Amino acid sequence: MTLPKYLTAGSVEEALSLLSQYGEKAKFVSGGTDLLMQLKRGEAAPECLICLGEIRELDFIAYDEIKGLRVGALTTILNVANSSLIQSKFSILAQAAGMLGTPAIRNQATLGGNLCNAAPSADTAPPLLVLGAKAKTTGVEGEKVVPLEDFFVGPGQTILGQDQLLTEIQIPNMLPHSGGTYLKQKRRQGADLAVVGVAAWVVMEKGVLKDVKIALGAVAPTPIRARKAEEILKGRKFDQGLLEKSGLAASDEAKPIDDIRSSADYRRQLVAVLTKRAITQAIQQAEGR
Amino acid sequence: MMPELMLKINGAKYEVKAVTTATLAEVLREELGFTGTKMMCNEGECGACTVLINGKPMLSCMTLAIDAQNKDILTIEGLADPVTGRLHPIQKAFVEHSGMQCGVCTPGMILTAKALLDENPDPTEEDVRHALSGNLCRCGNYRRITECVLDAADRIRMGEKDDK
Repeated sequence: MTLPKYLTAGSVEEALSLLSQYGEKAKFVSGGTDLLMQLKRGEAAPECLICLGEIRELDFIAYDEIKGLRVGALTTILNVANSSLIQSKFSILAQAAGMLGTPAIRNQATLGGNLCNAAPSADTAPPLLVLGAKAKTTGVEGEKVVPLEDFFVGPGQTILGQDQLLTEIQIPNMLPHSGGTYLKQKRRQGADLAVVGVAAWVVMEKGVLKDVKIALGAVAPTPIRARKAEEILKGRKFDQGLLEKSGLAASDEAKPIDDIRSSADYRRQLVAVLTKRAITQAIQQAEGR
Repeated sequence: MMPELMLKINGAKYEVKAVTTATLAEVLREELGFTGTKMMCNEGECGACTVLINGKPMLSCMTLAIDAQNKDILTIEGLADPVTGRLHPIQKAFVEHSGMQCGVCTPGMILTAKALLDENPDPTEEDVRHALSGNLCRCGNYRRITECVLDAADRIRMGEKDDK
């Protein structure tokens, strides 16, 4: 194996210019926690490593009463989990970030890295999907903003072209009387990838579910929304029968596989259980506010 | 490619040649002889290779050595007083309360605990367990390790000057 060159990008512009030179022969290094495994296993053999760590302009958490939350792609998972702003206004995201990996991994890993690695089990993805997040990408042809749902293409694959960089995650302001939670089933209490991850977010008004969003992780080629499960509850007064139906619908929408962490069957059953549980908790949160 | 790296370890500067894909753990152990840093799973699961980079616990097996340049790296060798050899209060607590059995997880445990106590001098047992949740001990010595860290926190808060 020839050893890759190592180059440092000091700005988004520099990163893009290096990327345009090396194209698919280059790999970006952000926190490195996923990339290093790919290098060690020989799954990636880039000609060039482009270190993004010096791009301070992409390490930020900014909030605006009108525009909502913006998080730079190079913000560490720890800073997302520990941000008092995210904890108070977008708690589901802080909660999920705090469940990713181990404390040391969270120190290194970045939000952009977690999304660009595009693992179906990425812990930050389901909460961001239910929060209606958008991904801002920057390329030689300028900036684009796409719904995060459209960002994922398949395991390890995103819409990012040869000349684009994920620069920012945007989240609209939370509505009043809303609440959300992320539940992650693992094989053990300690650090582990999700067997199944479920995020639920609701808006409540006088016992009616004005809005419902459900997202599933680790049960399809990408993190997905469970729209049929959402529709069953949306606009309806909450009752246990509907909740059961919604859980089963989510289970139907999941397209899990058998792998080292779980069987597909177990995942399907878990989706139903966790969806019901997540919705119930989200409602409690929304009504408690 | 085999560039010359400049690493700042335990306050001293080291120049070392290493391939671009070399991890910090490999360079520390194999090129520079800092074998106190343990390499176990080599895939970011166990925490044995934890070092402090700019004061924060990081996995040296998941960090490119070349990325660790111009940062302050603290390994277990740098924790005791360099002049007197006096142990750090966390190390002392581990010795006195048998915080280690086989010893392989110990450097990572102690450095992770140091980062915790630097940030939170008065942690609860829950705080300690949470902070150490990425450090696996295959001897299962977790209860005593937690006690060691809580004891070390007491010692540091009380300003106990290490008197050895």
